[in-house]
Amino acid sequence: MPLETRLAPDLHANASTETPESIMVEIRTLSLWYSEKQALKNISMDVPKHRITAYIGPSGCGKTTLLRCLNRMNDLVDGVRTSGTIRIGGTDIYDSALDVTDLRKRVGMVFQKSNPFPKSIYENAAYGPRILGASDRRELDQIVERSLRGAALWDEVKDRLNDSALGLSGGQQQRLCIARAIAVEPDVLLMDEPCSALDPIATAKIEELMMTLKNRYTIVIVTHNMQQAARVSDITGFMLLGELVEIGATRDLFTNPKDRRTEDYITGRFG
Amino acid sequence: MKNFWKSGDPFIWLTAGGLAFSLLMVAGLVLLILANGLGFFWPKDVALLVLDDKTAVMGQVMEREEIPQPGAPPGTPKKYRIQVKQGNRDIYGQDFAWVDESRIVRRERPDDAVVIERREWGNLYGTLKEVREDGQTVGGGEEGWNTLQERLPQAAHLLAEIRRIEKTEIGAINHAQEKIRLQIKKLSSQGRGEGPEAARLKGQLDALQAVYTEKETALAAHRKKDTVSVVVSAVGGQEKELPLTQVIRAYRPNVMGPGAKTAFYAAKVWEFVSDDPRESNTEGGVFPAIFGTVMMVMIMSLVATPLGVLAAFYLREYAKQGPFVSTVRIAVNNLAGVPSIVFGVFGVGFFVYFVGGSIDRLFYPESLPTPTFGTGGIFWASLTLALLTLPVVIVATEEGLAAIPGGLREASLALGATKFETTWRIVLPAVMPSILTGLILAMARAAGEVAPLMITGVVKLAPALPLDSFWPFLHLDRKFMHLGFHIYDVGFQSPNVDAARPMVFTTTLLLLGIVLVLNLAAIVLRNRLRKKYALGTL
Repeated sequence: MPLETRLAPDLHANASTETPESIMVEIRTLSLWYSEKQALKNISMDVPKHRITAYIGPSGCGKTTLLRCLNRMNDLVDGVRTSGTIRIGGTDIYDSALDVTDLRKRVGMVFQKSNPFPKSIYENAAYGPRILGASDRRELDQIVERSLRGAALWDEVKDRLNDSALGLSGGQQQRLCIARAIAVEPDVLLMDEPCSALDPIATAKIEELMMTLKNRYTIVIVTHNMQQAARVSDITGFMLLGELVEIGATRDLFTNPKDRRTEDYITGRFG
Repeated sequence: MKNFWKSGDPFIWLTAGGLAFSLLMVAGLVLLILANGLGFFWPKDVALLVLDDKTAVMGQVMEREEIPQPGAPPGTPKKYRIQVKQGNRDIYGQDFAWVDESRIVRRERPDDAVVIERREWGNLYGTLKEVREDGQTVGGGEEGWNTLQERLPQAAHLLAEIRRIEKTEIGAINHAQEKIRLQIKKLSSQGRGEGPEAARLKGQLDALQAVYTEKETALAAHRKKDTVSVVVSAVGGQEKELPLTQVIRAYRPNVMGPGAKTAFYAAKVWEFVSDDPRESNTEGGVFPAIFGTVMMVMIMSLVATPLGVLAAFYLREYAKQGPFVSTVRIAVNNLAGVPSIVFGVFGVGFFVYFVGGSIDRLFYPESLPTPTFGTGGIFWASLTLALLTLPVVIVATEEGLAAIPGGLREASLALGATKFETTWRIVLPAVMPSILTGLILAMARAAGEVAPLMITGVVKLAPALPLDSFWPFLHLDRKFMHLGFHIYDVGFQSPNVDAARPMVFTTTLLLLGIVLVLNLAAIVLRNRLRKKYALGTL
């Protein structure tokens, strides 16, 4: 990436104690309103490259909204206003000159409810590359295999690539959605509660997958499940009523929260 | 009592009763049509009824009904009368006669009773006297019957040849002459009526006229070959001589076995679906009506489906949802409730007179004042029906679009697809089954619609199909026949109601069959698409 900003020490005095890392996403004074209702309040934070950053917090606290700011999916909602800046790899993504489809090609997303297209497994994985203009069959075959392998799904589906994706189990469908997202080699992978509809075994598989994926992609995940955040993430942010209350290295945040509200939430006193 | 209601049992009975009642009504309707429609072509026995005044009636018994006896004391024995199809309209004046059963002295089933189907004047009933050629008897009695069966194919062949010359060869010459005449008319309207071009065209016209005369001679020669005739003596002593080319088929139902009757039935059914109508639509086939119906439904589908789908996509995918869009949606839904005749009136006013009239003035000024497109035709009728069925397509497509989970669209957008790419690659395939559902409903409605067609291009008898071998093959300006209108015409406008009534049921049955086939085709297609784009549990 052309422009990589260092983590500003004054903003996150209690953030990562590791050596300074390159920053992929840089959020500054971000506020967002749905019509009159303010959903995000003055959020500033950085997402380091090749790390998993998790947001936790009670329902309606704005974590999904924040995530959907990163690929501007909120643009689809009527009456949304934002202020502040978000830079991904140094590019201001709310720049009016920026083509939002280019942004979304660089920022992939996996949704809460698995949503494979009603097409074959192959066509699901090839959808993104096809949108980008790939049409050579051999090239597509390679991309499909690589992304399915990347999502740890290849061995399970390699003999039925032309079957409908809807015949897969819930966990497989979600991994197919991950394969679909990484087929276009994005810089950032956004995951919006990817395991909330899955059983523990499927969840474990996806978590395992995330650990390998972070070597190639920067992952931002929203989760309801504090144990999941503790298990997979490097950095955790706690959100409450549209505010980013606290953000820091995951171990620090869970063992030694600075803010009283964080402590109350992670110890289960509310939420 | 309260518990009984709470248990839900009465509600189950209520729902089951509702279903049973609906099924019973529909089954009754279909059974009535089947019973009346299917039996029509079966060869009935010919009965000879001798009456108490020594006269006799010969014919096929069609119906038996009670004679009302108003004011009769209870216990009076019931009286019946029977309806006999006696045919021989040219001799007796009417094909059907009611006979009081109490007047019948004797009923017979004569083996030699012959029924002859004629091209004109309906059936001929009687006994075969002889077959003549050039006025000479070539066979009488049983031998005459065999000669008749031998000679019939020859006569049919001769007639087919005459028809071919008349329709195809002379028809082509007429067509070419008409075109040249129009060109000449066009030239003279441009003030070049005497130029070299006009002279050349006139030369062509003369050449065609020469060919025409040649064909006429050939036709006359063929007509001369039509020398064989059959003589039938009807009950009552009259004799009738009939050229063999007038005979469609002759049969003796009283001596036909089940096999022969089945073959006869099949031949009649085939004639019904493949032949032109005769005798002001009360006999013969309904092929032009089948063809017109199917073709009109197809043109209608080609117009209504894309238009309706595009409209639904805008309403659901692009328009900003609000009071205005809701109003539009309600308006579209209510359009389905507008009486179809209103659409017909609109079709006449807008399509036929305004659009068609403009086309005529712009492109066919040489034919005026004879209208080309400025009169009812299959295209205008199809457009009118497309308008009528548009709401059905729009509503079905819109509902399909609403049922597609938003997650699918988001998934595609999140991969960097534009809104159009998402619509084209994800939404359209997924909504295809709903579009086909709309199309099925639209086709069923259009195939059964009559009122708007009556004023936009359907006729009782169309001289030519809208598709033929003359350039440009598809003649969208032509008037056409339609099964629904055919039913109305045969059932309510026919001069010979008794003969026409069975045709009403058979035609209805056929229309039902066609709607069923069209629907089945669309349903099979839809199910294949559903399998392919199954939305599963999403």
